Amino acid sequence: MDVQDAQKIVLSGLHVASDAFQKVPGSAVIIRYVQSSYQNDPIRSAFELVLVIFFIRYLLSPSYSTHNKNFVKLTDDEIDELVDEWQPEPLVPAVTAHEENDIERIPIIAGPAGPKSKLANGKTVSNLASYNFYNFNANEQLKERAVATLRTYGVGPCGPPQFYGTQDVHMKTEADIAKYIGTEKCIVYAQAFSTISSVIPSFCKRGDIIVADKAVNYSIRRGLEISRSNIHWFNHNDMDDLEETMKRIALEQTKKKKLTRRFIVTEGLFEIIGDSVDLPRLVELKEKYKFRVILDETWSFGVLGRTGRGLTEAQNVDPTQVDMIVGSLAGPLCAGGGFCAGPRDVVEHQRISAASYCFSAALPAMLAITASETINLIQNNPDILTTCREYTLALRAQLDPRSDWVMCTSAPENPILLLVIKPEIVKSRRLFPEEQERVLQECVEETLSNGVLITRLKTAPFAHTIRPKNEDAWCVQPALKVCATTGLSKKELEKAGTTIRHAITKVMQRRTSAKLSVPS
Amino acid sequence: MPRKLSNPFSASSSERSGEQRRPSTSKSNRLSQFFSPSQKNKEQVSAQQSLLAMQQLNSSSSPQITAPSLSLPTISLSTATAGEPNSDEPPTTLFSPPSAAETRKRRRMDAQFGPLVSQSHRYVSQDTGEPLVAPVLDEPPYYYVLTTYMSYILLIFFGHARDFFGKRFSSKTTYKSLKAHNGYAPLNDDFDNFYVRRLKMRLDDCFARPTTGVPGRYITLMDRKSTNYNQTYDFTGTYTETLNMSSYNYLGFAQSEGPCADAVEETVNKYGLSCCSPRADAGTTDLALEVEQEVAKFVGKPAAMVFSMGFVTNSSSFPALVSKGCLIISDELNHASIRIGARLSGAVIRSFKHNDMSELEGKLREAISQGQPRTHRPWKKILVAVEGLYSMEGTMCDLPGILNLKDRYKFYLFIDEAHSIGALGPNGRGVCDYFNVDPARVDILMGTLTKSFGANGGYVAAEKTIIEKLKSTNASTQLGESATPSVLMQILASLKLITGELVPGQGEERLQRIAFNSRYLRLGLKRLGLIVYGHDDSPIIPVMLYNPGKMSAFSHEMLKRKISVVVVGYPATPLISSRARFCVSSAHNKDDLDRLLVACDEVGDILQLKFSTGIAGGLEPLPPGVTPEMEQEWRKENGLERVVKPPRWALEDIISQGVRDTKEPLR
Repeated sequence: MDVQDAQKIVLSGLHVASDAFQKVPGSAVIIRYVQSSYQNDPIRSAFELVLVIFFIRYLLSPSYSTHNKNFVKLTDDEIDELVDEWQPEPLVPAVTAHEENDIERIPIIAGPAGPKSKLANGKTVSNLASYNFYNFNANEQLKERAVATLRTYGVGPCGPPQFYGTQDVHMKTEADIAKYIGTEKCIVYAQAFSTISSVIPSFCKRGDIIVADKAVNYSIRRGLEISRSNIHWFNHNDMDDLEETMKRIALEQTKKKKLTRRFIVTEGLFEIIGDSVDLPRLVELKEKYKFRVILDETWSFGVLGRTGRGLTEAQNVDPTQVDMIVGSLAGPLCAGGGFCAGPRDVVEHQRISAASYCFSAALPAMLAITASETINLIQNNPDILTTCREYTLALRAQLDPRSDWVMCTSAPENPILLLVIKPEIVKSRRLFPEEQERVLQECVEETLSNGVLITRLKTAPFAHTIRPKNEDAWCVQPALKVCATTGLSKKELEKAGTTIRHAITKVMQRRTSAKLSVPS
Repeated sequence: MPRKLSNPFSASSSERSGEQRRPSTSKSNRLSQFFSPSQKNKEQVSAQQSLLAMQQLNSSSSPQITAPSLSLPTISLSTATAGEPNSDEPPTTLFSPPSAAETRKRRRMDAQFGPLVSQSHRYVSQDTGEPLVAPVLDEPPYYYVLTTYMSYILLIFFGHARDFFGKRFSSKTTYKSLKAHNGYAPLNDDFDNFYVRRLKMRLDDCFARPTTGVPGRYITLMDRKSTNYNQTYDFTGTYTETLNMSSYNYLGFAQSEGPCADAVEETVNKYGLSCCSPRADAGTTDLALEVEQEVAKFVGKPAAMVFSMGFVTNSSSFPALVSKGCLIISDELNHASIRIGARLSGAVIRSFKHNDMSELEGKLREAISQGQPRTHRPWKKILVAVEGLYSMEGTMCDLPGILNLKDRYKFYLFIDEAHSIGALGPNGRGVCDYFNVDPARVDILMGTLTKSFGANGGYVAAEKTIIEKLKSTNASTQLGESATPSVLMQILASLKLITGELVPGQGEERLQRIAFNSRYLRLGLKRLGLIVYGHDDSPIIPVMLYNPGKMSAFSHEMLKRKISVVVVGYPATPLISSRARFCVSSAHNKDDLDRLLVACDEVGDILQLKFSTGIAGGLEPLPPGVTPEMEQEWRKENGLERVVKPPRWALEDIISQGVRDTKEPLR
């Protein structure tokens, strides 16, 4: 009985359902389709059924979970326990003895930074550690202009350039620099150190290709890191290696029929080595393989060339052939901030997409004016540069060929003399970079006790980026940094050079005897 | 490590002024001494006296009285002992009209820092002690949301259409950088660049308006016009002085006169223009160390370090703090510099919804219980990064809420006080001061010196060991340029003014004025019926515009009324919530804010901006006899439980009742 009743109910239910279905417009088409496909191609019907079931299941399944398979489901109590157990490491590791030593040895200058600086301990020393090559810092005329600017503009511009932070002085400085170098346009940043770190990622994106010199400075490295482009390194100043790399990349891209932006990044005067790049050759290669050049002139702007226009002037290259020239207004120019000069669209693009331009306050008006003024000074008095070069050579003569222990890696025109321990000594004494740093630090201290302030190339920030994994990999070599200045007389500089040389000799000989006394 | 430093100023200043002075004992004495008469401008009124005079002027209700007549007692006090010849002039109490030069100078100073209209226009910015409630976000009618989307769709459509034809047929240089030519790939990505080219370019003249002079209470714009749709501009050679609602000049220290500027001038003459060297080489001066000490003292941390740029402070500090195997949990609205710093550090980055404590807790619980992805190893450390005051929203971080979580979950806390330092708290010491929290409970306090202090650069303050480590590992101290002496002195002098070590009373006035101004303007705008975001005490006041076209219209309408405002849209904000942002300053007085309210009233009518529903505040006052505590009951009795009347106050009522209501809890 029951079974029959149930059957009846089911059948009538089915009738009602099929009637209702047939009333739906278009149902006949579906029925005909199913019937014919079932008869002609049962496998297809089965497949479609599976698809329908899958679709329904997909609709009903919970929304997409962000947890991957690796997610371990835990109860609240378990989580509480884990939270209680978790002990984080201290926010910063303890200061190592080496670092503490370094911090303590940082000289404190009481009063102005000049060729003769007074230290906090009361001693007056010859300052060969500042980038005050032309002693603009003590220039009364510049000070007067700065004060006049202060009395018109105040100190800070209180806003980013895009929001009312652009002042007429900034536009003037930009125009002055562009005219000076000989590019179409220029953009001024608020800090030199972060300029190139921001210029590179504003053009180089993921997938682009950058070919960079192995010895580029820390700011460039940071820029490369942020850009997320594919980075290829070439051996320091090895133009053949560069060509090799470029050729390979160009070939690869033609094979794949893909054209991405390609850049070469290098420096005018290398911060950590001191020599300069062969720009005519670089430009020739760039034209040949269709790369763009980002040239960091932080250390060569205001230094190289007859009127200080930088590497392009020194090596007679048309500045418009270099796509982006990045430089600093903070070093010898005694102002502040950095700049990027180039064609109009290159510069205008940065105004919106360069992070440290957009998201930072503009340069104080005083510093912008000072930059304009110092550029003007150098331009109109190229003798300043000639004198500085002459002094640099005089200072260098006391150190490079005469010292038995160190050699200078800087280009002859570079007022920053980077002195590295001679390779044969490094080899014979098996001095590891850490060891070299310690030796050089001793030299710095010895020199200071003789009344000359010099400093050491800071390699600490590079530590994690370029520590050699294998023996022959390139790594930054510790060096002494001696900066020439026209604030001292030639005699004084020569004397200071002699002092440095003697100090180095003394430290190295002391080391030798110490080494000898401990047989290894 | 307190180093005994020789005082750089005392020797020179006493030498030059040639006066006999009491031997100075404390630091503040030494510093104030150095505001002594400067030889250069041989004015009869010394810098300090003029300062005092200015202060008295500011505090008096009638600013017409000339400076000399008021500062007479001070002249007789200080200059008599110094024995200057001019003091024997008989004091006169007769009114003498100010000379033309004096009026000009007065006007100049007022243009940089407005005189206080009434002593009642002051308020102390402090947390009420109740848990921080997220401000109610009012929503516009659907009509505006829809038209906003339609505007963008239209803009994008036309942009693409113009690009399509332009790239094929036009020979303009605009398209050159988008196309591969001569074997070079295009410099700009078509897609990346689209927004800038097609959307921003249309309102480009609202951005980067060139200015001149001091960005104080007023800012002088250089007039420009474009004949080619903002591709290039021509300067007309004229200038417009506008009310400055745009600069981050919270405490009004953008001044070319007054004690700070005097101090900076002295410093330039003494120290020169630059330190010419990174901090780790030879750029550490006694001045820099003193500034660092003062900054640390001000924010309430044992040590601090100062950088030459605020952006770099963040982007170089994160890599020095965290590394691989660490987790950064960052508020979704954090500034770009934090994001870049976090990215450079190599740590894993997660973000939580803006100011949402329960989501933060969820993320923390998940992070600690799950450990690192794939390996499940516990995180080395977790750093939560928030901002004190968010520059686009005007909201403060929920510091008490975060600290509650911090006690439980043992993470480290990094607060970016770029906007809040100086602008919040009864003593201007930022969010910790505002919420009355011990700064020791926050691990790292970072801030910029650009905004409230009128200088440039940034600082990081923390425990001594942390700062020492940062000093030796932070790349920008090792290699970047150090802050210039002029900037350092501006920081030092403004800090001392805020704390009251110099010219006591002035710092306090500045702090209380910005607190009053912020609340007054916010309340006024809400009562007008505009949609305003942010917490009540925040000096950043965003007014919502929504439609992209209104950004440029609002900016232009305001410029017509000689007010300069900042308009912000996508990508700095979510797509539909374009806004105008007012930055309130101590340099403004009530008259300025009333002027702005009048302008907003008119422009709000023209551009149809008054569409708030009232849920976010600006309501009619309660009837007499009903206190805020009784409000619920009163509403129930009168059947008004769900009824919120949209506020559309008349301007006169806003202005007449504003001062009183500003000091009550805002409603």
